[in-house]
Amino acid sequence: MYGIGIVKGLRTTMKHFIRTYTVDWNFSDKLTEENLLERQSLKSAAGIISVNYPDEKLPMPERFRFVPFLVMNDPAPGQKAGDDWCTSCGICAKVCPPQCIWIERGKLPNGRPKPQPEQFYIDIDICMNCGYCSEFCPFDAIKMDHDYELASYDRSSAHIHDKERLSKPISYWRAIAPERAAGEEAIRTAEEEAKAAKKAARGKK
Amino acid sequence: MAAPEIEVNDVEAPAVDPVEGAVAALREKFPDLTDDPRPNYTGLMVPPDQLLAVAGELKNQLGFEYLSSVTGADLIEDDKMEVIYHTYNLEKGGGAVVLKTQVGRSNPEVPSLSNMWEGANFQEREAYDLLGINFEGHPDMRRILMWDGFVGHPLRKDWKEAFWEGDEKPFKSRWPGGEVFRAEERNAFGKNVKYPVDWAFNAESLTDTDDEIYGGLTIQRQQAKTDIRTDNVTVNIGPQHPSTHGVFRMVVTMDGETITDLQPVMGYLHRNHEKIGERNTFLGNIPYTDRLDYLSSMSNNHGYVLAIEKLLGVTPPERAEWIRILMVELTRMVNHLWALGFLLNDIGALQTPMLYLTIERELILDLFEATSGTRMMCNYMRFGGLAYDLPREVRGQEIYKFLDELVLERLPKIMDELDYYISGNEIIRERSIGIGVLTREQAINYSTCGPVLRGSGVKYDVRKAEPYSYYEHLDFDIPTESAGDVYARYWVRVKEMYESLRILRQVLPHLKETDGARTHADDKPAYAIRVPKGGDAYGRVENPKGELGYYVMTKPKGTNPERYHIRAPSFINLTPLGLMSRGDKIADLVVVLGSIDIVLGETDR
Ligand code: SF4
Ligand code: SF4
Repeated sequence: MYGIGIVKGLRTTMKHFIRTYTVDWNFSDKLTEENLLERQSLKSAAGIISVNYPDEKLPMPERFRFVPFLVMNDPAPGQKAGDDWCTSCGICAKVCPPQCIWIERGKLPNGRPKPQPEQFYIDIDICMNCGYCSEFCPFDAIKMDHDYELASYDRSSAHIHDKERLSKPISYWRAIAPERAAGEEAIRTAEEEAKAAKKAARGKK
Repeated sequence: MAAPEIEVNDVEAPAVDPVEGAVAALREKFPDLTDDPRPNYTGLMVPPDQLLAVAGELKNQLGFEYLSSVTGADLIEDDKMEVIYHTYNLEKGGGAVVLKTQVGRSNPEVPSLSNMWEGANFQEREAYDLLGINFEGHPDMRRILMWDGFVGHPLRKDWKEAFWEGDEKPFKSRWPGGEVFRAEERNAFGKNVKYPVDWAFNAESLTDTDDEIYGGLTIQRQQAKTDIRTDNVTVNIGPQHPSTHGVFRMVVTMDGETITDLQPVMGYLHRNHEKIGERNTFLGNIPYTDRLDYLSSMSNNHGYVLAIEKLLGVTPPERAEWIRILMVELTRMVNHLWALGFLLNDIGALQTPMLYLTIERELILDLFEATSGTRMMCNYMRFGGLAYDLPREVRGQEIYKFLDELVLERLPKIMDELDYYISGNEIIRERSIGIGVLTREQAINYSTCGPVLRGSGVKYDVRKAEPYSYYEHLDFDIPTESAGDVYARYWVRVKEMYESLRILRQVLPHLKETDGARTHADDKPAYAIRVPKGGDAYGRVENPKGELGYYVMTKPKGTNPERYHIRAPSFINLTPLGLMSRGDKIADLVVVLGSIDIVLGETDR
């Protein structure tokens, strides 16, 4: 019958309209941070599923990637920065597709290259958040951040991140991606143990 | 891979491979044809003066009636220009008959195939624009992606942009010297233009390029069908218009409200993706492919890695293939949910159905985010496998539980709901039935692909015609509709989503079975990838929008592609836009455009 399709459409819209209130009923008007995930789960994600950003924020999955940061040791008490993990090997600068990483390699007093960067810049305007730098860094020294709120008032000075701005302690990485950090640590320990065992074996000979 | 199983149009698999048969027949008739002499290159070398005859034979006698891709390549070392054609047999499926023709580099002229295949029209214009190859007999040889006053042909190997840094990445300046500069300062406004030598500004020498566009429109004042005398009006729609799905412009001539002619104008989002790709390393191109059709980055990745895997000769492990299919089919869902939502938007069902569909899309994007790290720019596939395995949890739910619930409950439910309240809706039917009609012959002749081709009754799908990945082990149908109008394309998309769900249901058990197995052929993926033997390869996949092809040429031991071309479905599907909208009302134009489903990131590249 002519017009039935329109009635069906209105019925569906009505159903959705009513469903927007079920969240309130189910959670008895308490939209708290604790039940955010439950509200967003597949069972109850219907009707209104939007999040009240910035009052509420969805938790980031571990693999979430945004502009990278450099890993350093946790600073000693009273110090601002710890030792860098980066050895300035340059792999990330070579693998970066838009080539937005600049590294100035340090020199030791005897003129040999120092395994630490003098300076490290990332132009976040052209970083495409691809994650290659952290994927191919052999020293786990560069990681993708979860901090996506990088808006600033002055793009000409704030959008080139230098080493100071990029460096974050390893405890931060452990906090945002516990599972991955633990996995990487296990691999590193295993490698070191293998190396030590080899050395010991050679020493015995 | 084993010999492809051919099931198109339910014809029995022929004893002779259709490609070999056609090539043999061609060589018999034209003794001048030779195989491409370069090692690891495939294709038939055709002398330019025989091109029309060979193509005609191929199209009319041998059944290769579908000209999928036309592109050029600059062979600067041989001082030659090459044009490469990929043609397919729609009835029998299988691979391509590749024709190549070479001409001198200084004044390259090749006969145009656009009178035989309308689908060559835009693609030849693109080759003219970017490479400077002239196609004799082309009806409208103008630039298409670059702006009309541009001097030079940017895809030529000796063309350099204003702040040229090097021919190949990685550029040397970044390490260990570390001279930092802001990209924006180097390309300061007004200084990023390179003027030709001895060029001086002369206002009179500038042609009003809009005149050319308007001049191309057929003015049919005399043929007005009604008694009411009306004036023809030319209207610009876009490039800044919410209904053009991006920065796309249409110049429309109307008689009253009826469209008499239309010219699409594009290139506002052009960034010369292909030139970037030719400088970049093989690996570095994967994240760039995400930005082509940014709604379906997973399938874009897939096509590109397939092409390079052909060159490298690696096969991904089993689990990687299943996850690839999972991701690609979910991408099809994502894309179609979006496309249908916006089609309904264009029809006038403003926002409401679109937002209902978006809820489900969000859930899939959450899976993508947890798996690959990003919702839309996934950068997930690698040569020989994947970047990561599936995550353990999505949205706080165990992964397989999440997938089961998504594929078996949520997605079918939203599909049924959509079908219930949209498919039979009188307004939708009135607005879409009989609008934007493209007949079967036209659809083939204009090289359309994907839902546009199938909406015109052609049963052709790359997943069946030339199966890649594990598609030959999966059971699914190719939905078609014969009407060729907007409603038919809507239906094809809806049915395709049901087929995708069918595929996903078959993939889920395999995922659980292979849990924990490796997802990459190598233990540690390498970053400095070289193609040992060189050669060319064409990888194509059935993207949600149609056939997406990557044509890659490379030198032995090369770290960069020598030529990197994308057969973009969004671009080629626009070729018949004028034809489809002629005779319809201006208000239907956005509906017709919405039913083609374009993404400007891919159209303009
Ligand atoms: S790859 Fe890692 S160690 Fe090497 S320069 Fe980059 S951050 Fe430093
Ligand atoms: S995320 Fe990608 S683009 Fe950004 S710095 Fe790392 S490699 Fe470069």
